[in-house]
Parts: sequence; structure tokens; C-alpha cells
Amino acid sequence: MMNPNVKQKIKHFLIGKNPSEGFIGRIVTYGLLIIIGFVYLYPLIKMFVYSIKDLEDLVNPTVDWIPTKLYLENYRTSWIVLNYGKTLMFSLLVTLVPAVLQTITTSLTGYALAKFKVKGRIIVFALILITYLVPSQIYMIPKFVLFDKFNILASAWAIILPATFGQGLSSAIFVLIFYQFFRMQPVALDESAEIDGANQFQIFYKIGVPLALPAYLTSFLFSFVWYWNETYISSLFLGENLYTLQLRLFNFQSQFNLATGLSQQAVNEAIKYSATILIILPVLVVYIIMQKWFVEGIDRTGVTGE
Amino acid sequence: MAKKPLKRAVRNNLVGWAFLSLWTIGFIAFMAYPLVLSLYYSLAKVTLSGEGILVDFVGFDNYRQIFSSAAGFSFLQSVRDFALEILFKVPVITVFAIIIAVLLNQKLKLRGLFRAIYFLPVIIASGPVINQLINQGAATIPLVEELGIIDLINNTFTEAIAVPLGNVFSELIVILWFSGVQILLFIAALQKIDRSTYEAAMIDGAGPWESFWKITMPALKSMVTVSIVFTIINLATFSENKAILHIKNNMFALETGFGFSSAVAWIYFLALAVILGIAMLAIKLFMKEKVRR
Repeated sequence: MMNPNVKQKIKHFLIGKNPSEGFIGRIVTYGLLIIIGFVYLYPLIKMFVYSIKDLEDLVNPTVDWIPTKLYLENYRTSWIVLNYGKTLMFSLLVTLVPAVLQTITTSLTGYALAKFKVKGRIIVFALILITYLVPSQIYMIPKFVLFDKFNILASAWAIILPATFGQGLSSAIFVLIFYQFFRMQPVALDESAEIDGANQFQIFYKIGVPLALPAYLTSFLFSFVWYWNETYISSLFLGENLYTLQLRLFNFQSQFNLATGLSQQAVNEAIKYSATILIILPVLVVYIIMQKWFVEGIDRTGVTGE
Repeated sequence: MAKKPLKRAVRNNLVGWAFLSLWTIGFIAFMAYPLVLSLYYSLAKVTLSGEGILVDFVGFDNYRQIFSSAAGFSFLQSVRDFALEILFKVPVITVFAIIIAVLLNQKLKLRGLFRAIYFLPVIIASGPVINQLINQGAATIPLVEELGIIDLINNTFTEAIAVPLGNVFSELIVILWFSGVQILLFIAALQKIDRSTYEAAMIDGAGPWESFWKITMPALKSMVTVSIVFTIINLATFSENKAILHIKNNMFALETGFGFSSAVAWIYFLALAVILGIAMLAIKLFMKEKVRR
């Protein structure tokens, strides 16, 4: 017979005081996280492995996860087809610039809503929410006509200008983030600065902005990523002669034909995978460097609403 | 005239609107004006010509066309498919995100690494990349086909339900790719719960199941709504969404054009509003029933 004390100990070890802290709970937790995490990593790993396979490895059924050699020719082909150097520069132009400008403008808007009891504040809030809910497709067509009139169609301005005026990608979300953040800042700081003779813009610049740095970083990073991944607006406004990397990937098959003169059938999955990797790479690098800010940013900005 | 200092309230207003000025200009130029114009276009036949655009007022013709022409019919069909898709996808995404958030909120080794992995989808999930994943078969679970789940679904349900439900299973992984932001939202909400609440509940004899429904879920309540709204809008405006493609393709189609396309967009907006309304109602009812008892 088992000593009840031992039994208790085993039970404690397996299940724990709190089920999630026991051995079984741990195994289930880690098991689930690893399995599901693998689901996310699997396509990436597969893409990477295939992208370094040559034709021989691709058709050889015995070569699955470990290619026989490191074959970088696919990357060279994709590099040429994507016109990588030039397209990357343009992609960065229509990603970085709007991300920075949108962050600045939405922070000004959020600041105004949080700190000044302006008349019509409620209306502004309602309008901001509406801008988030209305599908962009509704106003895309008139915007197209409008931009055509302004002669900014088929240029980076078509992406940059709306962002400058707080009407970029998901601007509403960023306004709300900044609103929450600035609202949490103690008013006493502003007041003491005012007594010291600072005007409202100095207070914003000297006190508001430095204290809201996490919100700025989070907003900028999300803006950056969302602009990077955006294809609908850019395919419509940039026209047929300007390409972002995403758009090149979208038209990879026909681009391949144009760039290499080979038939579209010559595009094998290894080449396509390498192109996809090349496109993910810039955001991946940014993410790895600033990972902490992405994940913790949301907590710090208090989007959850107190 | 002596210059009097402005009253504090007035000054506050002025400075406030100065801060708001950029947004206000943007809203009028890039939102309000296009919206009004879009409404006008939807009531007109718009043709592009060398000299510019010709707008011919035709009343509700475009809207009538949506409900009577082939182009309109195929759009309506894609909206119906989308609504059904949402019915399956939104609960899957929400439940999945809550489970992952709860798991990630525990004291874990390598928590940072896990979080980084689970946030990956947000970083790389663009239309073309996801398309690439789907096309290359990197996004399906082979098991789903091997077990014959799709066949089972096709045999059990009518086509209207079987197709979207089958899509949910065959695209299970793609669906998971849409839940990065939601996971983050839930984690943020979970971190606001004081751990001692759980301990107190445990001392009072509550099991993990009760704790989940009585402590965790009430804390996540508002976030569930936010997350569902985000999910629906995110799915609805995803650039590979069929209804969205309709709007885009009709813009430059010869027989339909901007006018028809605008009308389609407004109908889509209405449909979306209805879907969101129903979803909010459903959440409210569900929460009343399950949480806070």
C-alpha cells in the first residue's frame, strides 16, 4: 500500500496546487504551445528549406527537409525578377514615410482629444470611429478620381498624403492608442510647466512626447508593418508602373517572364518561396530587433481601456 | 483696442483645434468629401473618357442592377458566402486567441520566445504572402484530408453550409494566421487580473473551470467585443476577400464602371453593418448567459 504522504506528494507533483502549475498542466501547456507554435513556424521553415533546393533536390522524393546542398541560385533569380534593390527602396518610401507621418499626426489628434476639452469632442470621436468602420472600398473610387485631379495618382504622394493628414491605414486605431496614453499622464505635470511659462505646444513637445515614447514606438511599428503588408490601396493608386515588393510578388509569374525571358512555367516553387522570403525579410529583421516593443507595446499603451 | 487675454476655456478650445487641424483637414478631404462623392456616384452612370469623367445621374438604377444582373448576383453570392464564413471563422479565431492568450499568460520558461512566434502572423500576413502559403499548400493540415473530414462535411450538410464549413477546415491554419492581434489584445487584458484573485477563489473551493468562467472571462468581456469587431472588419477588408475583389474589378469593367462599383460598395457596407450588429447582439446575449452568473 502506498503511504498517503507519498500519494499526496505524487498528486501534488502531477497536478499541483493549481492545475496549471502541476506537472500534467505544464506538459499540456507547453505541448499545446509548441505544437501550435510549430503551425506558425512550419510554413516559414518549409519555405526556407525549399528555397535553397535546386531542381534536382526538388524532384528527388528522398530529399525532404534537408537539401543536399546550399543552392542560392533561386535567390538570385528572385532578386532579378523582383528587381529587389530598386523595389525595396520604393517599398521603404511608401512604408517608412507614411508610417512616421501618420504616427505624428495621430499623436497630435490623440493629444488634443485627451488634454483639451474642445467643443465637438464627442463628434470628432464618433467620426474617428466611423472612419474605422467604413470599408475603405466605399471611398476608394472617389479618392481615385480626386487624386487623379490633383495629379498625384501613380506616385508615392497618393500613399503619403492621406497619412500626413491622419487618414492613413488604420489611423483611427492609432488615435485611440494615443488618446488612451495621453489621458493617463498626470495633469499636474502640464500645469507646473504652464506656471513656469511654457505654452501648450512646448508642453506637448517637452512633456507629452517624451512620456509617450512607448506609444510612439508601438504606433510606428504597427504602421510600418501594416503599410508594408498593404496591397489594396497601393495596387489601385500606384498604377501599373510603380511596384512595391508585395505587388511584385503578386504578379511574380508574369514578372518572371518579363525579367528573364523564360516561360512562366519555368517558375518552380523554390523560386517562388525564395521570393516570398525576400519579401518577408525586411519586416522580419525589424521584428527581431524590436520584438520586445511589439509585444509589450500593447500592454503599455493601455489600449485595453481602464 | 486693448488686447485682453483670452478666457481659459476659449484658449483651450483654440489650442485644441490647432492640434486637431491636420486631422480635420484630412477628414474633410480624404474621408467626408470622398464619401459624399461616392454616394453621388452610386446614383449615376460614371464613364471615364479622354477629357475626364462623365457623370450621368440615373437614380437608383445601379442599386436595382445589383439585384437583377449577373454581376450583381455574383457579388451578392460572395457576400452571402462571406457572412457564412464569418459565422464559422470568428468563433474559431476568438476561442483560439483566448486559449493561446491564457496559455501565454502563465509563468512560462521562454515566454518571450513563444510570444514572438505567436505574433509572427501580424508581421508577415499580407495578401500576396498568404496567397503564396495557400497556393503552395504550406497552409493546410494534411490530416484534415486524410481523415476525410471534408467528405464527411459534404455528405452531412447542404451545399450552402458545407462549402464555407469545409473551407474553415481546409484553411484552418490560414484562419490561425488571422489571430495575432487578437491574441495580443487578450494577453493585455489578462495581465490586468490580479493573480491573488485566483488564489482566493481556489481557497474558496473553485476549480480551474469555475475560475475561468467567473474570473477570466468577465475580465476579457470587453476585449471579446473589441476582438470580434476587429476580426470581422479585418476579414471583411482583407484584400483577397471575394466581395472586395468584386468592387475592385467592377471599377474598371466596361459594362459596369465606377457608378455600379460604388453602389456595390455601399451595399457591402450595409451588409457589413448588419453583420456587425448581429455579432454584437450575439455577444451580448452569450455573455449574459455564460458570464457573470
